[in-house]
Amino acid sequence: MTAVLDNVRFRAADPPAIALESAPRPPMLRNNALMDAIFRNVTRFFAFLVFSLLAAILVSLVVGAAPALRKFGLPFLWTADWDPVQENFGALVPIVGTLATSAIALIIAIPVSFGIAVFLTELSPVWLRRPLGTAIEMLAAIPSIIYGMWGLFVFAPVFQIWVQPLLKKTVGQVPWIGSLFAGPPIGIGMLTAGIILAIMVIPFITAVMRDVFEIVPAMLKESAYGLGSTTWEVVWHVVLPYAKVGVIGGIMLGLGRALGETMAVTFVIGNAHEISRSLFAPGNSIASALANEFTEAVGDLYTSSLIELGLILFLITTIVLACSKLLLLQLAKREGTVA
Amino acid sequence: MRISKALAALAVAATSLATSALAADITGAGATFPYPVYAKWAEAYKKATGVGLNYQSIGSGGGIKQIEAKTVDFGASDMPLSPEDLEKNGLMQFPAIMGGVVPVVKLEGIGPGQLHFTGGLLADIYLGKVTKWNDAEIAKLNPGVKLPATDITVVHRSDGSGTNFLWTNYLSQVSPEFKEKVGEGTSVKWPSGVGGKGNEGVASYVQKIDGALGYVEYAYAKQNKLAYALMQNRNGKYVSPTDETFAAAASNADWKGTPGMRVILTNQPGDKAWPITGASYILMHVKQEKPENGREVLKFYDWAFKNGARMAEELDYVPMPANVVQTIHASWKKITDPSGKPLV
Repeated sequence: MTAVLDNVRFRAADPPAIALESAPRPPMLRNNALMDAIFRNVTRFFAFLVFSLLAAILVSLVVGAAPALRKFGLPFLWTADWDPVQENFGALVPIVGTLATSAIALIIAIPVSFGIAVFLTELSPVWLRRPLGTAIEMLAAIPSIIYGMWGLFVFAPVFQIWVQPLLKKTVGQVPWIGSLFAGPPIGIGMLTAGIILAIMVIPFITAVMRDVFEIVPAMLKESAYGLGSTTWEVVWHVVLPYAKVGVIGGIMLGLGRALGETMAVTFVIGNAHEISRSLFAPGNSIASALANEFTEAVGDLYTSSLIELGLILFLITTIVLACSKLLLLQLAKREGTVA
Repeated sequence: MRISKALAALAVAATSLATSALAADITGAGATFPYPVYAKWAEAYKKATGVGLNYQSIGSGGGIKQIEAKTVDFGASDMPLSPEDLEKNGLMQFPAIMGGVVPVVKLEGIGPGQLHFTGGLLADIYLGKVTKWNDAEIAKLNPGVKLPATDITVVHRSDGSGTNFLWTNYLSQVSPEFKEKVGEGTSVKWPSGVGGKGNEGVASYVQKIDGALGYVEYAYAKQNKLAYALMQNRNGKYVSPTDETFAAAASNADWKGTPGMRVILTNQPGDKAWPITGASYILMHVKQEKPENGREVLKFYDWAFKNGARMAEELDYVPMPANVVQTIHASWKKITDPSGKPLV
């Protein structure tokens, strides 16, 4: 269905463009041709500026990280040591922290965002849709440092007094996963950071999901309802398959934000260079390590190790983006609609 | 409306840029710890002389880099440079202001000044060897204090800082094991605990976590009404952190005889000396490419030493004692213009 629609749209759009290009222009439009050329080149310049900026950032990161790259080589990636006194550096702790907090954030944010989006598009009374939708967009507009302060001053104490002891008593007793919820409840740590991140990415994922759910043709949904489907069946079998590309895009947008989030995480992650099995324990993420240590880093090796951390974050985000593109291509291929 | 506001802000920024260019302001960058007092001095100095000071508190590491690159008239660092480093980069340094670092706790029923610590005990706690508040080692120093069986949550600075340097330098002096396993520096590898960003980060963690032990600049402990502890000093006496005990630590030190005035004020002798005291340093090039700027910097600090003591005390800093100021003045003689003539 989509495929057909897409093809029709392409075919309808192409011929007029060609016709305009080849048609002889009336004299009074000749000036416009010059303006067009200028406009085209200026916009192209802007677009390529993005490319060159990206390249420049990558190059300067590599140059800045060169001393650390030479000294530590590839083992930098899996060394857990971070000792500024002995000048021994490894990125394992911040890499694990970054990935773990982002994973926690997505595990929480995906179902919640999905629920909100379904409610907004399918179940909510019409008068409620606009205020709810606006409220979610407002959440996305809150600066991250506010989330950090709220997390530290409001959320962490509540989490420490009420939630962590409860988690310890319940899931903490389950064999194997119990050790994830062990240790003294101090309110801050990997789990807290993950939850704060979840709250921060929910508006992004929700907004995208809602937008793509809304463009699912009413005819499809009505047909499914007409066949006697429940709301859940319509969402699961009709809306989601139709909108999955957008849904994955929204999730990736959220993941991108979670990976790079700095201030909010710095406030609540605990900033300790250690890996613990317990999610209650403090950890560190790449972005918060940079925020913490860059200003006072003395010595070339220390600074360049921090820059290499930045490079690694850059690569992780690139890989995530590339994977999502691949995933989307794969999906498209299976349906035979490669653009 | 918004645009007109933005334009107004721009106009203000532009005019302030223009005036600052006219008045030949002094520029400096570096340590965050002395920033409040430098800012206060700068404001008063501008009123008195019309010369402004633009100080960017970007951190000691940044200050050292900036002065090496000669982008500022002076750099500031909480950790003094070694004589070799000074020599290598053609720099000199002098102390400008002092402060103390204070251990603070959050424990049910414990108020300021109730707990007694020794350096060795703090080292053991920060090494992760003492983990409970009712440990025998703590109880021994605090007879009569009811200590709960709570876990000790160690809080340290997550960012590099002069406070870290003083704290780890002190613990390294009193504990060989700490020196070997952790060492001293503006950033170190902490064996345990959680890290807070800045003094305010550590202060807020200590206030939030029951059983927390951390360390902050004295001003933060005082302003946040944190439960500080008494420390045993080198003479074996327990002292509380006050301006008086910080000054006592500085007065006994041998400023004159130490190359580069690189006096570390931790663990100083004296019955009243607070053991974790430190000075924040100013870095300048020995050979000034722009002598008039260098002269302005010296004038500023000369003025600050003469008139700034009261302002410093109001902000819970400790001004340099008079005899030390004399030594500082003497050290300024080696700053010269390009031809080798002393500036002052």
